Order: sequence, then structure tokens, then C-alpha cells
Amino acid sequence: MSVALWVVVPYIALTVFVVGHVWRWRVDQFGWTTRTTQVLESRLLRLGSPLFHLGVLAAIGGHALGLLVPKGWTEAVGVSEHAYHLVSVTAGTVAGVMVVAGLALLLARRLTSPRVRRTTTRTDKALFAVMAVVILLGMAGTVGENLIGGGYDYRATIAVWFRGVLTLRPDPSLMTGVPLIFQLHALSAWVFLAMWPFTRLVHVWSAPVAYLWRPYVVYRRRTARPGSTR
Amino acid sequence: MRVLAQVAMVMNLDKCIGCHTCSVTCKQTWTNRDGVEYVWFNNVETKPGVGYPKRYEDQERWRGGWQLDRRGRLKLRAGGRARRLLNLFANPDLPQLDDYYEPATYDYDTLINAPAGPHTPVIRPKSAITGDDMAITWGANWEDDLGGAPEHAHGDPNLAAMAEKVRLEFDRTFMFHLPRICEHCLNPACVAACPSGAMYKREEDGIVLVDQDRCRGWRMCVSSCPYKKVYVNHRTGKAEKCTFCFPRIEAGQPTVCAETCVGRLRYIGLVLYDADAVLDAARVADPRDLLEAQRKVFLDPDDPAVAEAARASGISDDWIEAARRSPIYRLAMRYRVALPLHPEYRTLPMVWYIPPLSPVLDAVTGAGADADDPDNVFHAITDLRIPLDYLASLFSAGDTEVVAGVLMKLSAMRAHMRARTLDGAVSGDLLESVGMPAADLEEMYRLLAIAKYEERYVVPAAHREDAAALSAQAGGCSLDGDGGPGMSEFHPAALTGRRTDGRTGLKLFVGKGGTP
Repeated sequence: MSVALWVVVPYIALTVFVVGHVWRWRVDQFGWTTRTTQVLESRLLRLGSPLFHLGVLAAIGGHALGLLVPKGWTEAVGVSEHAYHLVSVTAGTVAGVMVVAGLALLLARRLTSPRVRRTTTRTDKALFAVMAVVILLGMAGTVGENLIGGGYDYRATIAVWFRGVLTLRPDPSLMTGVPLIFQLHALSAWVFLAMWPFTRLVHVWSAPVAYLWRPYVVYRRRTARPGSTR
Repeated sequence: MRVLAQVAMVMNLDKCIGCHTCSVTCKQTWTNRDGVEYVWFNNVETKPGVGYPKRYEDQERWRGGWQLDRRGRLKLRAGGRARRLLNLFANPDLPQLDDYYEPATYDYDTLINAPAGPHTPVIRPKSAITGDDMAITWGANWEDDLGGAPEHAHGDPNLAAMAEKVRLEFDRTFMFHLPRICEHCLNPACVAACPSGAMYKREEDGIVLVDQDRCRGWRMCVSSCPYKKVYVNHRTGKAEKCTFCFPRIEAGQPTVCAETCVGRLRYIGLVLYDADAVLDAARVADPRDLLEAQRKVFLDPDDPAVAEAARASGISDDWIEAARRSPIYRLAMRYRVALPLHPEYRTLPMVWYIPPLSPVLDAVTGAGADADDPDNVFHAITDLRIPLDYLASLFSAGDTEVVAGVLMKLSAMRAHMRARTLDGAVSGDLLESVGMPAADLEEMYRLLAIAKYEERYVVPAAHREDAAALSAQAGGCSLDGDGGPGMSEFHPAALTGRRTDGRTGLKLFVGKGGTP
């Protein structure tokens, strides 16, 4: 059972994530978009969208720090467990509150604005549901266990297991004693990752950083040269 | 010097009767699809009026186009690159659907399916976006022929720049129609604002397009275009805009709007320009110098040095020949009667207008004088501030002398042709006063009044050697993308998802009625 949950599920999700992205990129450039609805409703979006996106960016940064950086490294540079816990819980809570508030505003917008509601696809609805579950479980872990509760050192178990999955040395036994809330958060996150390539979330990979240095006006020749793909 | 060719358009506003045929045929061709119900690549607005979308000319509000920063450098009005990226999650300058209008349709089935009863069934307007009942309160040409102008037209940003006397005389006001398409600018703000680099200007003919496969829906182009001629397709989440009917242009045909123009007021032709001179022209300090600066970017196709440089840049001889016959170059550069719309936006627009003489003639007639007497008209042009100030605000960054000069020429042309035809006499004073020889005035008259199809539209076809590559690239009709205007249910690729280039395409999942 623990192998199925903590080895099989992650690898299925990661495979779908990678293969799905390759497939979508090759087949559906036309569908690769943010699917913006700002032209239909702007008032709530202008508050909710930056809150949500900036919160999510912070949360992703936090997850990268917590899951990918081994505990030994932070201790080696003189960060004590207490200091780390303090920073991660505060920043995590702030980011989490931003994400939850932003998501609530955006979902409220989808429900209350008939125009936006009509453009919401079934894929969107499924995505929002799974995303909400992942976020709420994550918040429950951060606030319930680490802020109010005694605190749980996920860097000793979850992070090690996660790095094991990425380095192809998965150890399911690390996850067996983990509090249920974190287990559920991790499992829902795999489902979320498997959905990713088939939803509007693909726009994340198109973050237009290159805009900072490309020339302002783009010229292109009409005819594709022989052999060029695009 | 880097010579590029640009397909450009001139519209003679005196001939526009506001019939909207251009808008309707354009819509039937390009935007009769889900997601772009509210979009008019070509629209005709009545001036004075707030326009479409409402008050789009108010750049204090929408922050479209370019401006100079304190050090005289060219900058997008909505802010630099970092600023744009910071606004990625919510664009503060994006017009809302209600700034355009909520598109409506009718439940026509009621007329056929209503049960027998004592009353004739009535169809009700339904929102084309939500399907709910709605009250129609605005449209793309709501103020047609000044309808509702006393109530709305005060919102016209061009009037705000003028003295208040205009507002008091609305019951005796002037009026003209302004057809608008994308300006296909030499210095396009939309292209510069696109974070994905999906928008581009074609090197061959200068047409500005959105690559539908690369657009990621960041919607910066929509707000950065000062003419508001890039739109969001709310179904696909991507930007769409006037294409200058490039499939027709490539085949040597005029755009649909021009082809179907009832008043025959549109002219299409090539302009050769120096691409290296564009940025310097766009950043001259005084907005009133922008018109002359843009004219300096245009190159004289009859100049052998220019033809030589054009050939060196890869422009073929038949295109150079077409540039020599271009009605655009003649109207803008030889006769200098065509003017750009809002040059102060610094985008160097390439759809130019011959300003209407009718507001002045109306004023002369309204004062009880004879509008056929050039003296009366000349006095009106110099004395009447109201129509001149207004026209200057549209076409010359407020420089009334430029507009007055054009109107004088148009008036002199009428007087000259009248004198020649009726009296058989030609007045030398008249020609001298506008600085045009009789031959030029008569040629201009011919071009403006009786020019045939081939003279109004000088469009060289794309080259045949390119055409093979074009069709190979498209793998069928280039418009047959998902949700694209050529999208056809009978296209095999749409049914099977199998494309001719061997890759598997998605079956249609957008663009059909109902929820996708």
C-alpha cells in the first residue's frame, strides 16, 4: 500500500506531467494561453489575480526551499532548526493567506459574474476544485500543524522522500509516519501535477521573461524558410 | 538606408456616407465567430462622438501609444518593460466589454416555434456573451449620424482639447464619418508591448499580425494600441486584429473593406520607407513635427538611388513599379492632402485620411453664403475655428495650418474644375494661393473623383516563387485554424484531427455554440 501511494502514484503523475507537456506543446500551441477573461470582468480580478499569483510564486519558492534544499545545508550555513521553522512558518502563512484570499476572490468572480461563468470550461472547474483542495490542505498543514500545533519537521521525512522520488531512489517508509494532513496534501499535489499539462496552467511555462531584453518591434518574414519548424 | 515596402491606405472622408458596408463585410469575413462578437476590425464612427471603444482617444485614461520620457527617449506610455511585466497579472489599462458594448442577438426561434395565440410573438434581445435577457444600451456605432450626440458627444476627447464654444452650438454642429481599421503602424506600440513576441510586422508588406500559435493571452497589446484596434477573443483567450486582409493582398486584391466601399473612398498602394529612420522620426520633440518627420521616412520611388537601394533590400522590380503608381504616395507626398490619424501617438500610422471639407461648406451654407464661391470657402477656412480646431486635433496634433492647407487645396480643386468646365477659364491666382500647378490639381481631381478600380488599388501580388512556400507552410488554407475565420466543418483536418503535414491536430473544441 505504501509503495502504491508513495512510489507508484508519484511516478505516474510525473510521467503524465512530462509526457503531457511534450504532447500539448507539439499539438496545441493554439490552446496554450492564459485564457484571460479580464476583458469580461476587471474589478475583482485586479485585486484577486495579483494576490493569487504573487502568493503562489512565494509558495513555490518556499516549497523549493523546504523540499529541495537538504536540512544539512541550511544548518551548515548556520541556520538553526528554530530559525528555519520561524521563517518558513511566517513566510508560508503570509503566502498561504495571499493564495487563499486571491483564490477566493477569483472563484467568487467566476461565480458572480455571469460573463466569466459562461466562459468557464469543465477543465477549468476540475482544475479549480483540485487546486482548492491542494491549497487548503497545504494551509491546514502550515497553520494547523506548524503555527498552532507543535510543529512538524517535514524536512526530516517528506523532503527526503521527495528528493528520493526525483533522484529515482524512492523510500516509501519515510512517509508512513507523516501526519495525515501532510500525506493528503502530497497526494493531492500529485493529482494536481498530473492535471497540469491539460489545463490553462501551461501558461506558467510561458512567463515572458525574454521581453526584458528583446527589441521592441518584431519583424518577421512572411515565408517560412525550408526546414524551419515555425 | 534599409528600404522596406508598406501596404498603406488612404480614405477620403468627404466621400464617406456612413453606410457601414465596410464594417459589415469585414465582420462577415473575419469576426462572425464566437469570442469576437463585440469585435469590429473595421468600424465607422460619427465625429464628433466618443467612438469605439468609448473615449479610446483619451490616452490619459488608456495610456496607449508612445511618449517621450524626460530625456527625450521613446517609451510606451503605459511604462517600460519591467513595469509591463509587473502588470502581467492584471492590466490596469484594459478596456472592459462595456467600454466596447455587450453584443446582443435575438431568440429568433420564438418567431417560428411560439404556440398559436392571440398575439404575434415578439423576439427579445439576448446577450451574445451570457445568453441572458438584456437591454441594449450601447453599440459600436451607437451615435450614428450624431444620434444622442447632445447627451454623449461631450465625451469626445477631441472636444476637451478645444475651446468651450463648440459645446454650446451642438444643434448647429458639423458632422462627418470616420471609418477606422488597424493603422499597421511603422512603429507599432502593440508589437512593442507584446510580452510573448507573438505580434510582428511583416518585412515584405508591413502588415501587423498576431501569431495565434504564439500569443499567450497577456493582453498588453490591447491596451497599448492607442487606436484600440487589437481585441481579446474571450473564447480562445488570444488577441486578434485587422489583418489588412493579407490573403487578398497577397493575391493582388484590395482589402474587403476597400473592395466593398460604396463611396469608393479608399485607396490602397505601396509606400517605400527607410526602416532605419523610423525611430528618429517617432521621437521628434514637438508632436506637431511628427507629420513632417513621418513624411521624411517615406522614400520617393522615382528616385533612382531609392530604387537601387530597394533592389538591394530584396524588393522586386514589379513592387518598385507598383510603388511608383501608388495612389497613397501621390496623396500623401505629392499632393499632400492625406494626413495621419492622431500622429501625436508616435506610432507612425499608415492609414491616412483626406480631411473632410464638408464641415466648412456646411458652415458657409449655414451662414447664408454661397458654398460654391471659393472666396467664401477660403474665408471660412481661415476664420472658422470650430471645425478646423477639431480636424486638427484628429489629423495634425492640433496644427490648424496643416489642415487648413489641405482644405484650401480641396476647395481650390473644386473651384478650378468648376471654372474650367463651366467657364472654360482658369484662374491663376487660385492655383498660386494653394501652390499647386493646374496639371497637379487636375490629376488629383481625377484620382479623387473618377479614378477606376486599378488606379485606386495598386496592389502587387506576392511573388509566385513565395506562393509555393506559402501553401506548403499552411498545409491547406492558412485560415483554417481552430476557431479561425476559415474554420470549416467540412474540412477533413477538422474532422479527423489529422493534418496534411503528418502531425496530429486537435479536433475542434472551441468556436462551436454553447459551452465548449
